[in-house]
Amino acid sequence: MSQIEEVTLDGMSHLVSDRALKGETMLLNMGPQHPSTHGVLRLLLELDGETVVNAIPDIGFLHTGIEKNMEAKTYQKAEVMTDRMDYLNTTGNNLAYCLAIEKLVGLDVPERAQTLRVLLAELQRLASHLVWLGTSALDLAAMSDFMYCFREREMIMDIYELISGQRMMTTYIRPGGVWRDVPVEFETAVRELLKIMPRRIDEYESLLTKNPLFIDRTAGIGKISAEDAVNWGLTGACLRGSGVYYDIRKFAPYSGYEQYDFEVPLRTEGDVRARYLVRVAEMRQSVRIIQQALDKLPMGPVRSSNYKFVPPPRSEIGTSMEALIHHFKLWTEGFNAPAGSVYVAVESPKGEQGVFLEGNGGPKPWRIHFRNPSFDNLQALPVLAKGFLVADLVAIIGSIDIVLGDVDR
Amino acid sequence: MMNEQESKLLDILAGRFNGQVTVFAGEETLVLPVDEIAPAAQAFHDEFGFDLLSSLTTVDYGPEVDPRFHMVYRFTSIAGHLSLNVRVPVPGLSPEVPTLENVYHNANWNERESFDLFGIKFSGHSDLRRILMPQDWEGHPLRKDYPLGYEEPQFTFNYDEIDVRKPYAYRRGGK
Amino acid sequence: MGLEQKLGNMGVVTTRLEDLVNWSRTNAMWPMLFGLACCAIEMMSAQAANYDMSRFGMELMRASPRQSDLMIVAGRVSRKMAPVLRRLYDQMPDPKWVISMGDCASCGGVFNNYAVVQGVDEVVPVDVYVAGCPPRPEALIHGVITLHEKVRRERMKDWA
Repeated sequence: MSQIEEVTLDGMSHLVSDRALKGETMLLNMGPQHPSTHGVLRLLLELDGETVVNAIPDIGFLHTGIEKNMEAKTYQKAEVMTDRMDYLNTTGNNLAYCLAIEKLVGLDVPERAQTLRVLLAELQRLASHLVWLGTSALDLAAMSDFMYCFREREMIMDIYELISGQRMMTTYIRPGGVWRDVPVEFETAVRELLKIMPRRIDEYESLLTKNPLFIDRTAGIGKISAEDAVNWGLTGACLRGSGVYYDIRKFAPYSGYEQYDFEVPLRTEGDVRARYLVRVAEMRQSVRIIQQALDKLPMGPVRSSNYKFVPPPRSEIGTSMEALIHHFKLWTEGFNAPAGSVYVAVESPKGEQGVFLEGNGGPKPWRIHFRNPSFDNLQALPVLAKGFLVADLVAIIGSIDIVLGDVDR
Repeated sequence: MMNEQESKLLDILAGRFNGQVTVFAGEETLVLPVDEIAPAAQAFHDEFGFDLLSSLTTVDYGPEVDPRFHMVYRFTSIAGHLSLNVRVPVPGLSPEVPTLENVYHNANWNERESFDLFGIKFSGHSDLRRILMPQDWEGHPLRKDYPLGYEEPQFTFNYDEIDVRKPYAYRRGGK
Repeated sequence: MGLEQKLGNMGVVTTRLEDLVNWSRTNAMWPMLFGLACCAIEMMSAQAANYDMSRFGMELMRASPRQSDLMIVAGRVSRKMAPVLRRLYDQMPDPKWVISMGDCASCGGVFNNYAVVQGVDEVVPVDVYVAGCPPRPEALIHGVITLHEKVRRERMKDWA
């Protein structure tokens, strides 16, 4: 076991200002165990009184070696790792990974599976935003929102459990389609959610949006200009809060997002409040997309019938020798993907979730890299936090909506 | 997303920066020599409107292959609705690549990650430290010659055997 | 209920000191807010309205190790985090207990590689293991109740 790192002032002289070396400003350690860092983030703060002069993030406390571990597994077996990366957006990670495989080997996905993917990705976006809203409001001492948001999140978790048997790590989206068809109760459960959700979003908003305390804590805090935001690689609501129209669902539509009618909320202020308003508006748009997807959900197969890459249905295994062989081959050896690399991006609740996948002709990925939105978003924290108070820092960390599993992988 | 406009742009860029264009699965990639990437990135940003560095990573092809590493960049032009893949082969012995930090600020952490996990040096980088692994870690985990670090799982048949070897923590003062 | 019937009219109840201490320890066990990864979200769910862990006297998540006596290790422990985890454990006042929540914390889970500690019991002594990836909130509550039972069985001669 390695030791806790001992840092001397000389060792980090290139990170802090000259005033810190002279002892005029204070250096303060925040984390890796701190209630408002949303996980195991460590920040080295340089403070002048209560004003943040510099905030230096130190990450890697949740580094799991996912990329290396996936190289040691076949394409199908590696998929369970993607769930555990950004654990608030498990379906979105599955989707990005499956899209990359499908692009690499050239696999088609049936229409019903496409629609289900969109539906579930949007449900997950809703769930992820609910956790963000609950916890970031909790950081600003609004306890009720936390309770309300988790109440609705449980409904979404129940839907996930209904279709896959798991609440969070569903691995429901598979290369070539989805795991299996949804049960009949699915539609009723989603309709129930859709019926109450708009009213519930109003309820969260009634507690926060016009609350003078909340406005004081968020308006004008953590500002970033559009130009800086792009240059720092911010994506998702952080970028759209600064007025840049960049949403992968519109920029490079996947899974048939071009067929849905929805808007991309934009704000131009670029502060914590703008990011809050963008995300809340996104929740309403997600409800709209789910509604459309559920209405148009076509009948048909949910998995591709290309059995070189997709396991045949269970029912066929008992009767068809070929199906049995395909199944056996796929789960022992896996399928071979051609040598070459692809990059696929999806819009996760946090921003651009990219997958760079390189095959080498064998059954295992040669290299897989995840371009995770939280990683790049967190990087801009020093720019966002400079000049604000320590108490504002908590609001700013909440507003960029990081998940440390997403940052460290 | 591949279209004529993009292909034409790639040909122009390939001619100007001494590169080649390869195609796979409908994605075109510009392969550039290592000493051209810094001026090329500057030009992408200033002249061609690629304002977002979407992704920056490294691929290791194993110690016996030359060039061993490929740097893989992806630039996006939000206004121009374009994406550009760039690859830069890097030799395996003392790999060194110029930093893009001054053009794209978010290259800073991404390059630190490549340094940490692959041992690529970025000349001109302001803060080249390990980012994910502890500072005193030895080796670069994502290199192909670095072992995965697999430990044997404990099942019923080998429970006792592993139990003897496995270190367990105790309360202070023992118990 | 219960206590009044035992009291009778005398206003006095006799019990063993061990039982009294164990009873008071189980009914106000303050966990440390120590979410690491995915399991932390289920731990938050267990705190929230639907599962409501405060039914068991556990509603106070303390951010400081000095004020807590239960550490719920919720999630995978990386090699970088392990020394920090041990230091936090050492900072907790006695008596203290550890619940290892989830497969990653218990045995490394699906992550059998260079970065993850294969079981948090290599770093801190664990009282209760909760299986699942991630465990449902009910599973966590079950783990907590199992720990309560364990604490109720503790004997004074083991305390020293």
